[in-house]
Amino acid sequence: MNERGPVRYVLRAIVLVYLTLLIVWPVFLVGKNAFAEGTGAFVDALTEPTTVDAFELTLVVAAWAVVINTVFGVLISVLLVRYTFPGRRILSALIDLPLSVSPVVVGLALLLAYGGTNGWFGPTLESSGLQVIYATPGIIMATAFVSLPLVIREVVPVLTEIGTEQEQAAVSLGANAWQTFRRITLPAIRWALVYGVVLSLARSLGEFGAVKIVSGNIVGQTQTATLVVEERYQNFEQTAAYAASFVLAAAAVLALIVVTLLRPGHAAAPTIRASAEVATPLTTEKDPA
Amino acid sequence: MSIEIAGVGRRFGDFVALEDINLSVPAGQLTALLGPSGGGKSTLLRIIAGLENADSGTVTIEGNDATRLPARKRNVGFVFQHYAAFKHMTVARNVAFGLEIRKQPKDQVAERVREMLRLVHLEQFADRYPAQLSGGQRQRMALARALAIEPSVLLLDEPFGALDAKVRKELRDWLRRLHDEVHVTTVFVTHDQEEALEVADQIVVINQGRIEQIGTPDELYDQPASDFVLSFLGPVTTLDGRLVRPHDIEVAAGPVPDSVVGTITRWTRIGYEVRLEVTPTSGGDPVQVQLTRNDALQRGLAEGSTVWLREVAPVNGAHSPVPA
Amino acid sequence: MTTSTLTRVRRRGPRRRARAATALTPAAGLGLGVALIWFSILVMLPLSAVVLTTTEGGWTTFVETIQQPQTWAAIKLTVGEAVLVTVTNVVFGTLIAWVLVRDHFWGKGILEVVIDIPFALPTIVAGLVLLSLYGPGSPIGIDVANTRVAVFLALLFVTTPFVVRTVQPVLLELDPETEQAAASLGASRLTTFRKVLLPALTPAITAGAALSFARAISEYGSLVLLSGNLPMRTEVTSVRILTYIENGNMAAAASVASLLLLVALFAIIALDVIARRVARR
Repeated sequence: MNERGPVRYVLRAIVLVYLTLLIVWPVFLVGKNAFAEGTGAFVDALTEPTTVDAFELTLVVAAWAVVINTVFGVLISVLLVRYTFPGRRILSALIDLPLSVSPVVVGLALLLAYGGTNGWFGPTLESSGLQVIYATPGIIMATAFVSLPLVIREVVPVLTEIGTEQEQAAVSLGANAWQTFRRITLPAIRWALVYGVVLSLARSLGEFGAVKIVSGNIVGQTQTATLVVEERYQNFEQTAAYAASFVLAAAAVLALIVVTLLRPGHAAAPTIRASAEVATPLTTEKDPA
Repeated sequence: MSIEIAGVGRRFGDFVALEDINLSVPAGQLTALLGPSGGGKSTLLRIIAGLENADSGTVTIEGNDATRLPARKRNVGFVFQHYAAFKHMTVARNVAFGLEIRKQPKDQVAERVREMLRLVHLEQFADRYPAQLSGGQRQRMALARALAIEPSVLLLDEPFGALDAKVRKELRDWLRRLHDEVHVTTVFVTHDQEEALEVADQIVVINQGRIEQIGTPDELYDQPASDFVLSFLGPVTTLDGRLVRPHDIEVAAGPVPDSVVGTITRWTRIGYEVRLEVTPTSGGDPVQVQLTRNDALQRGLAEGSTVWLREVAPVNGAHSPVPA
Repeated sequence: MTTSTLTRVRRRGPRRRARAATALTPAAGLGLGVALIWFSILVMLPLSAVVLTTTEGGWTTFVETIQQPQTWAAIKLTVGEAVLVTVTNVVFGTLIAWVLVRDHFWGKGILEVVIDIPFALPTIVAGLVLLSLYGPGSPIGIDVANTRVAVFLALLFVTTPFVVRTVQPVLLELDPETEQAAASLGASRLTTFRKVLLPALTPAITAGAALSFARAISEYGSLVLLSGNLPMRTEVTSVRILTYIENGNMAAAASVASLLLLVALFAIIALDVIARRVARR
């Protein structure tokens, strides 16, 4: 618009070439390689029992991690934004920690705390019948750890933005805390919440490093989909590796598209835009509520 | 008495928002809490609603001690300055909210919602979302929502503060008429003295956490208890070391007893009104005088002429002389 | 994670807030208790275990582990590559953000999705993705697998969105008219960029750079298949930690992990301080 002339086209070309070489082309090739030996080979690779087991485990783990992170995330978000208590700022800073910790360090940390033989609490837990490391609970914990802040980081800014007036209005009209949350707060943060859940889901389906350490990678038992990709590739089963990758990549891209469609304009969440105190003309389209 | 406030105090850290407030709000009347921003009037309103807790004192609503009652059990209608519209609900659902919380039967809710929307002239907007309404319409919706639950008192926090001047004026007249129709005990907060004088039956002037004066608009205007009330409710100027209203000054072209002599140093004509600035011969700050065009012409006044000023209809208030 | 990072950068300055938050009610207190217990179980206790295991081994174990030639080489490689990748991201991320905001062309919407792919893609898949173009079977005949170039590529791939997504919203809120005004006053394009755009964007760029650096030094998954993990050559710190874990040397693993935590923390704090200083100017 403001940049006319050749510079604009040069910059545009640089960006397009850069992103094509770095992202678009490679991602496209995964799809191509997955079907390189035909659809039959692709389906065969995916229906192999150990692969099916791995995808099942990944789904179960991701579902648990997302549910835990959503409940925990909404709870923490409301507490951080709506209440004052000692240590609130420290907690708010610590919440972001998992995003800057290496997955390998996450795995190590869980191992040191809950490892069956040497961990701090592992032996005690195991003697009471709960195996964490090299079992599903450990994988869920690792996955929940790495995706923990995603819901919170989406919900907190929206909660801050909408303020407390609507909630107070509900209270003055006789609503109790739960009614206020369910009827007023939850609908107001719903898009942010969906966005956070989708991001969490994408992250949970794809976690590799932390899961590799805590799962023990036992084929058919604690092997997840991402671990299958690594194993197949290293065993020179290229098609199988690419087939599993294709499914994971497709899920990730699908999540992205869902999120992009949910959030038109990309720059601001609909909830944030709607809260602007402007008298909108009467001709505006109906709210997508 | 509908609302009885006794010894209410509230601090925010070191800041004293309210100090020993005692106030009776008569049933069925429109009471304005008037004062400058940050003076504590909104805090008082929120304490009545239960949205904020008092550090000390009691709040009694319709004879029941409400001091420890949570906001949701006070049956108080509250209208917020920024509407607090439930953005994800239609206008009708907004108004129905309090009734649904009270688990009233569906048809009864629908009937009441229709009635309320008719009252605030929003019948044709029932299925719109708040984002599709203008500011004034949103505020009327908020009012309907608060009135729907048949509150024992209606509380409005700067209800027209976020609206532009014209809409504000319309809503003000309309609120007065609405109140004459509904007769619910109403308390509203405002920092606009014109709004308070025009709409309220009783005005409570609050400044720096204390009540300065309680009275009818006339009492407050004519018999202000303090210089603060005098200057907050209307224009003032200094004449002979005392605060007076510019339109309560008599201007004479020749000498009169007990007067201040001076020269007209500025003459401004605004429609039917003439504003003079008179600089006293004895020195001191110029005095602002307001009179009608006819008065000014009759006396043959012009810029540069010498005039004698004296206060008419002296305010029999107890206010002290202004330090020179 | 992208959007909240950017909102954080964007929302400076005053905004209306209804009321200050209230003190805890009994129910909220209970909720806080439950949340804190879970957070401790999941995050705080395990991370404390890492730090405590490091200190248990004592200072000498820590120093010896770090000084072990293979580990030291891995640390140098990781930090070096991370710096390189961050610099590349600062340049190209800002450029991409500018094109996405100021330019208009068909398919821009698709590009918006493309930018986020590295965030959403599982890291192991990201490695495989790059391998398909830059590995042994490359259709364009470039095979950088098992070299340091591969490490660079993998880190660049996974960190691409950070700077773009932090700069983009700030740029969106900057009025294009300021750029035009500068140009109308006779400023050259470079001057306009340097004097008008850059100062406004610096805090956002810095934030993106910090995130990018922190992510790069901690990366593991995308490197597994691509870099070959050759000791002294393409082995990064995360892989060293994993090797120590597999050998059962927890004290050494914890030592390297603590160092990694420390460097990430330092980078984020340092860059935050710079950003604040710039913002104040």
